[in-house]
Amino acid sequence: MIKIENLSKIYNSKRDAVVALSEVSLSIKNGEFVSIVGPSGSGKTTLLLCMGGLIHPYRGKVTIGEDSIYDLDVKKRAIFRLRNLGFVFQTFNLIPYLTALENVQIPLALAGISDGHQSGKATELLEKMGLADRLNHKPRELSIGQQQRVAIARALANEPKIILADEPTGNLDPDMTRETVSYLKLLNQTGITVVMVTHNPGAAEYSQRTLRLVEGKLRE
Amino acid sequence: MNLRKIILKELLERKKQFLTSFIAILLGIIVIVAVKSVSTSSEKAVAIQLDNLGANILVLPQTTNIDNYYAADINAPEMPEDYVDRITSSTIKGVDNMSPKLSARIKIDNYSLVLTGILPKNELASKPIWQTSGFSDPGLQAACDPNSIMNKSSGYKDPKLQRMAIDSLGEYDCLAGSDVVSKLSLKEGSGIKIKGTEFKIVKVLPQTGTVDDGRIFVHLRTAQKILGKGRVINAIEIMGCCSAISEGLLGNLRNILPDTKITTINHIVQTQVKTNNTMEKFSLIFLIIIVLVGGISIGNYMWSNVEERKKEIGSLLAIGASPRDIYYIFIGKGLILGLIGGIAGYLLGSLAGMILGPQIAGVKVLPIPILFIWAMVIAVGISVIASYLPARRAAKLDPALILQEI
Repeated sequence: MIKIENLSKIYNSKRDAVVALSEVSLSIKNGEFVSIVGPSGSGKTTLLLCMGGLIHPYRGKVTIGEDSIYDLDVKKRAIFRLRNLGFVFQTFNLIPYLTALENVQIPLALAGISDGHQSGKATELLEKMGLADRLNHKPRELSIGQQQRVAIARALANEPKIILADEPTGNLDPDMTRETVSYLKLLNQTGITVVMVTHNPGAAEYSQRTLRLVEGKLRE
Repeated sequence: MNLRKIILKELLERKKQFLTSFIAILLGIIVIVAVKSVSTSSEKAVAIQLDNLGANILVLPQTTNIDNYYAADINAPEMPEDYVDRITSSTIKGVDNMSPKLSARIKIDNYSLVLTGILPKNELASKPIWQTSGFSDPGLQAACDPNSIMNKSSGYKDPKLQRMAIDSLGEYDCLAGSDVVSKLSLKEGSGIKIKGTEFKIVKVLPQTGTVDDGRIFVHLRTAQKILGKGRVINAIEIMGCCSAISEGLLGNLRNILPDTKITTINHIVQTQVKTNNTMEKFSLIFLIIIVLVGGISIGNYMWSNVEERKKEIGSLLAIGASPRDIYYIFIGKGLILGLIGGIAGYLLGSLAGMILGPQIAGVKVLPIPILFIWAMVIAVGISVIASYLPARRAAKLDPALILQEI
């Protein structure tokens, strides 16, 4: 379970302070598919990154399973992310100078898995994503949809319990959007918790629950 | 896949940006290695030249006129022979050997020549006159190699210089300079009467072009006797290590022999010291330049690299990389830059030294292995230090700012 209690995040700029999240509290059960929607600048990505242990909140607590993730030190939090979370981004954020196979191997390498096992596991994941013939292609040699599938394969490499997807369909055409969200739904049906930030109402329909964020406040 | 492969793949992907910083560090190391190679070889060459001159320090009585270094002993005032023992029993370092002498100008058949009494076993083997006459090994090496471990030890001794020029010289034997035999129409085996005493010329010395050509060498004891002197001498020639000279050997000798005049082949030593100092300054200037230019260039490159790779850093952090992994990626990149720059800089710098050495300093230059360590320390040190701040910035980047997609 993901439990968020009274989460606030303020960005301090030179001129003023911007409240990105204000006293947000929510719970997401294991195996749930939740969408977070809201206008641009409403704090959706900040909330997702807070859930992923990537931004230290100004106030509040994020608990995943038994772990209060901001009570872990930086190194333990990185290990926690590595073992439990998978991130999917709107712009995929694939490493441009690595092949599809190598991109998927990175989380496995960070987890200390040997070269041989990394290669086998990454190949298997990419084959499942229909990219068996694109293993040694660099991101620039892949279509947008193929890049997103590599990003999903990378997120699944360490068999995470939770997938955090930030606008995964933002750069995709309607067909690819359907395909990607369907795939996330499929993953959810295998027991993986999926939290997806989107401003696409069609994509949000695939989730079991939709949370609406406006000006840093949650309106369910 | 591992972090090292990520570093290498990124380097290969962005070769052009890498090349600018690489050239900055490479050029710096090339210049430092080349200058240092030439200056070290030059020091060594001057040391060999000094050794080959034979004695490079003269101890003379206080009132001696020393207008001519090589003829200063002729008709000089006298001093006790036990001054040699004072030096021997002292703890002064850098005195390789001593040759006491008693010289006097005499006339034979109206020909003016110099009678010089020597102690055969003390005569310095490296002096030109003994070298050219075949008394000593022409392959005698320099004692003053500045890199010689021998010179750095407290018990400084060069075994090669322990070989003396002349093993023995009979009481009434003499060695005659080339001018002497030609002027007096003598030859090897001839007899010659000096101050009423009959001597046999056991060897005619080949021409050296120095005042030695006009000398007759006899045993010191015999010279003291026929000149009516006691245990006195008027010069002590010393083979001093040239680096010890510049480190204060002369001052130390003056301390134990205060009533003497101690001189050296000043202009040669000074030229060497001056050349070495210039080279040292040159090396230092280039070291400062490489630290500034190389460091700034690498720092700037790494900073831009961090900017360019913000998304990648954010992704790696999101995937599960720790800030320490991010440090590793950027510091590792600096390390590779330094390693390649150091190795290539050493090789090309040594090559430049070998090509330019004979033209600039007139010396043969060979690669100096110790400079490899220096090249690596400087190149890697600068690269890693210059990469530290950009790496720190990368590790501390706020994922929220990097990964905000909208």
